[in-house]
Amino acid sequence: MRKNVGLNIIAAIVFAFLLIPLFIIVITSFGTNSTIQFPIKGFTFEWYSKVFSNASFMDSFVLSLEVAFIGTLLAVLVGVPAAYSLARHGVFGRNWVKSFFLSPTIVPGLVVGYALYQFIVIQFQFPIIQGLLLGHFLICLPYVIRVVGSTIEQLDFSIEEVSWTLGCTKLQAFIKIVLPNITSGIFAAFMLAFINSFNNIPVSQFLSGPGVTMLPTNLMNYIEYNYDPSVSALSVILMLGTIVLMFIIEKTLGLASIS
Amino acid sequence: MTLRRKIPYILLAPGMILLILFLVLPLVSIIFPTFFDGGFTLANYISFFMDEYNFGIFWRTLKISLIATLFCVLLGVPTAYYIAQSPKKWRSLLMSITLFPLLTNSVVRSFAWITILGQSGIINTTFLNLGLISKPLTLLYTEFSIMIGSVYLFLPLMVITLVGIFENIDTSIMEAAETLGANRLLAFMKVILPLSVPGIIVGSILVFTGSMTAYTTPQLLGGNRNIMLATFLYQNATALGNWKGASVIALIMIVATLIVMKLFDWVAKRLDKRGEANA
Repeated sequence: MRKNVGLNIIAAIVFAFLLIPLFIIVITSFGTNSTIQFPIKGFTFEWYSKVFSNASFMDSFVLSLEVAFIGTLLAVLVGVPAAYSLARHGVFGRNWVKSFFLSPTIVPGLVVGYALYQFIVIQFQFPIIQGLLLGHFLICLPYVIRVVGSTIEQLDFSIEEVSWTLGCTKLQAFIKIVLPNITSGIFAAFMLAFINSFNNIPVSQFLSGPGVTMLPTNLMNYIEYNYDPSVSALSVILMLGTIVLMFIIEKTLGLASIS
Repeated sequence: MTLRRKIPYILLAPGMILLILFLVLPLVSIIFPTFFDGGFTLANYISFFMDEYNFGIFWRTLKISLIATLFCVLLGVPTAYYIAQSPKKWRSLLMSITLFPLLTNSVVRSFAWITILGQSGIINTTFLNLGLISKPLTLLYTEFSIMIGSVYLFLPLMVITLVGIFENIDTSIMEAAETLGANRLLAFMKVILPLSVPGIIVGSILVFTGSMTAYTTPQLLGGNRNIMLATFLYQNATALGNWKGASVIALIMIVATLIVMKLFDWVAKRLDKRGEANA
């Protein structure tokens, strides 16, 4: 690459801009002072143990994992057949149907959560947790449709036709031929949907109640009244989680598959 | 219809039913009442926009989203181009650096700016210690802090969207432009940039609609005085108990999102220089 000073400077500033704020959080999580300060005085792991001994954080962490997992799983179960149908069959109004399946991305997350809360929790008296699961299913579905859909579109249709000719039923062909060929796409969609569901705040904002609070919402409420390094410590733990997931994705699919 | 003809629709049915039951119906149920008060009326929407306070919030939301989008384009285009041009071994590292904030929780990313911009934040302590200022600057809970938080939130998305576009542009056309006498900057502006317009538009739609409907950043960095549409919706529904008002804002957010998307698409069609074959 030939040198271009202006370009290098802008890129350096942007990467610094992206990383330094997160780096500062890491440093402040080790400070001994009871409010966050930078540079820190002293060094302690106390805030990390505070996070792990905080039952409210731990409960909401488990809930977030569960909701993200179930929401994503439901989106995969519903989305993969739909993506297959949209890619393979001459469905009437195909583009319209596809836009419909992607529509949860157009509706702002806060509105999705608010509408679900009003409709199923207030009007139909569903428990909040069910609303939460449905909301997270809705945000996961477009990822599955998009990622799995493009994987299926890249798959050579003729190998499926061959298996039909050789006596496979459509279901057998799907399970034995199509599914093994799109597992990486499904896995990529799963990871992407899971991460986004786990990190999502707007959808869960209305759908929380006693004992039903997602981790990001819980952290956000905590920040509004507290300014101590345990927030930094929890943030660092979440960042470590992100690094682990990125590492897994890089080793299995390559990060390019989700970007 | 034979069973064979029905299969595609059977495969689509579960998703369709869930979307209708838990997205369409809930939306209709909150929005429908905003148009009825005895008979059909637009009064709720007219009074929303006639009210100076409400309109101020709407205007602030558009303004902050527009400025955030502008900065994301200005910073994102060169950065994405830099990544696309760099050697392969560096490229994946730079992509990871860009992806990492994107995959990190937005509460964490907004919180980072509280520690930087707050009254006792890094900027204020540093400036006070250096004697540059005598009392802390008000940086947090301003429109400025929401803007910086939004740029921070969405810049990675813009960069990631654009890297793919730049990678697909044949570098030999850049060389051709230089052979024909253009310097690097001119060649970039005249050749590469016009080709990347569709990508810039896609990225801008994501950033603009994202900032316009974002809840976390204005909530954490905006404070009580700098309310945006999403935080206003939440405030109406919870603190004020004004469900109808919240539903009015909900529809305004959806419609504004759709209008922005259509508008950007329209601009993209007018600016797309790649010719019909690629359009």
